[in-house]
Amino acid sequence: MSVLIFIENWDGKFKKISFELASYGSKVAEMLRTDPVALTIGNVAPGEVDRIGKYGIGRVINIQNNAIHSFDSQLYSFLIDHVARKEKATVVLFSNNNTGKSLAPRVSVRLHAGLGAGVNQLPSGLEPFIVHKKVFSGNAFAQVMIKSPVKVLTLAQNSFDLIENPKEVVMESLPMPAFEQGIKTEVLETQKQTGKILLTDAEIVISGGRGMKSSANWGPLVELADLLGAATACSRPVSDEGWRPHEEHTGQTGKIIAPNLYIAVGISGATQHLAGVSSSKYIVAINTDKDAPIFSAAQYGIIGDAGKILPKLVEEVRQVKGK
Amino acid sequence: MKILVCLSHVPDTTTRVKFADQNTKLDSTGIQWVINPWDELSLTRALELKDDPSCGIDKVTVAHVGLAATEPTIRKALAIGADDAIRINAAPADAYYVAAQLATVIKNDPYDIILCGIESSDYNGSAVGGMLAEFLNLPSISSVSSVAIQNGKVIVNREIDGGKEVVVAPGPFIAIVQKGIAREPRIAAMRGIMMARTKPLKVVEPIDCEPLTEWLSYDLPKPRAACKFVDPENPGQLIGLLQNEAKII
Ligand SMILES: Cc1cc2nc3c(=O)[nH]c(=O)nc-3n(C[C@H](O)[C@H](O)[C@H](O)COP(=O)(O)OP(=O)(O)OC[C@H]3O[C@@H](n4cnc5c(N)ncnc54)[C@H](O)[C@@H]3O)c2cc1C
Repeated sequence: MSVLIFIENWDGKFKKISFELASYGSKVAEMLRTDPVALTIGNVAPGEVDRIGKYGIGRVINIQNNAIHSFDSQLYSFLIDHVARKEKATVVLFSNNNTGKSLAPRVSVRLHAGLGAGVNQLPSGLEPFIVHKKVFSGNAFAQVMIKSPVKVLTLAQNSFDLIENPKEVVMESLPMPAFEQGIKTEVLETQKQTGKILLTDAEIVISGGRGMKSSANWGPLVELADLLGAATACSRPVSDEGWRPHEEHTGQTGKIIAPNLYIAVGISGATQHLAGVSSSKYIVAINTDKDAPIFSAAQYGIIGDAGKILPKLVEEVRQVKGK
Repeated sequence: MKILVCLSHVPDTTTRVKFADQNTKLDSTGIQWVINPWDELSLTRALELKDDPSCGIDKVTVAHVGLAATEPTIRKALAIGADDAIRINAAPADAYYVAAQLATVIKNDPYDIILCGIESSDYNGSAVGGMLAEFLNLPSISSVSSVAIQNGKVIVNREIDGGKEVVVAPGPFIAIVQKGIAREPRIAAMRGIMMARTKPLKVVEPIDCEPLTEWLSYDLPKPRAACKFVDPENPGQLIGLLQNEAKII
């Protein structure tokens, strides 16, 4: 038996989202009185595996081969399936991000394993196996029983705290099993945003809505974000208007994020917007309308004009940070 | 080429959900049912491709797993412009069950492009598309934000964290779509609504399949503590609260 943890490889490096998963996976293994084992595919930079070991993982399996030249969901699920069987995994874990969402369902069919998608805490029972997850885009939660002997779970981002439990890590390379059908998709081009903090990785996010009035007013919002090391986001009408790029659109039909702090400026707080941000640990709202629904989701609020308030916040943060 | 759009039938996205029978099931009183937002956008994109003769799309079909009560949602898709529809006559027990049903229908009558939404706005499973692909042993491309056809080749953009990839999809495949796939959902015109009544809607009986999960109970989010207001004349106080009280900056 084992708990298999799929650790996403970002050009040889691992990210916080994988450390959350490692922490979660070692706890699940402890509950099941078995061992966690991580799987990562592709080249791993020196020292990276030790960062996984910090969160309770003693064994990392690595598969690398020239045949794995692009992210193909069929190939990756084939490899994960192969390792899950070899390791007799009873639980297979993914992060609930783009990659996890594309692999977990495929792996679940291959292993005839029930899928718990977007779980946000440790299983509340083992026999039967019960997980807790968000439903109706955050308007409710559900307890879901997984009935199959093997379970596949994806862990919601920022829902599980890092737990340090350093282990001596052994990395084993596993030869690539023959993938007869070959990769069928062909990647023509990859474009990566560089230098900016990614919205989905950010611990602090500052987001502007229609109350910002025009694209010309974003200066102080961006400045505040830079000072706080935050990413910038926006509501749907803002990206529809072209005031901000589409990658910033947050909400039910945009990005779903769970930062520690979400500052909503000139955003009314429609259910579809909140669906994308309601898992934030803290929400701050700045809005002229004291009855705006965003204030019911927020812990801190300022009733006032964003145009006047943002520059004052910038000034305050500058002073506090001594910049 | 033929396109299949898989539809999920969900409560309108502004619904304040409530639960019945000791929080073990959704209380459907007063709920307005709609096509899942991503599926509506997929359908829109499928029809845009069909409208362009250079794409060579002959037919756009929609498929849905649901009981007879969901037919108005399917008729709506026909009114928007789908050519025909398939309803698999079963309650959608879980993602595995739904994907198994769709897979059976598709095996009997294959499609070139199958579009599924990245998630259903009710149970947020993000699962049917990928499971369906695995059942059919087809390639799947997830987080797809555009689908185009150039010289008979299907080219998609896939969002990756912090960027995007342009991918050529070979032969039949499943695109699991998200934002960007179409700008605004297409709306049914009067003529479409009239025509929808006579478009073919085939009802298929389900195959035997054991769901792998069971939904036990629901709970509502804990109400957040009341919002603490900061004096708008002195907004700098907010920074102090975030630093010293919340300890997050
Ligand atoms: C199927 C569906 C999916 C959707 N998905 C999303 C989604 O993913 N994300 C999303 O954001 N929306 C989504 N929407 C749209 C959503 O319903 C709202 O229309 C949208 O969130 C409103 O954006 P907003 O808050 O920026 O604008 P508004 O609702 O217009 O709010 C602007 C706010 O700014 C305030 N304001 C005005 N002037 C000032 C000022 N000077 N200073 C401070 N505050 C000011 C106003 O009081 C108001 O509260 C979706 C809708 C549908 C139907």
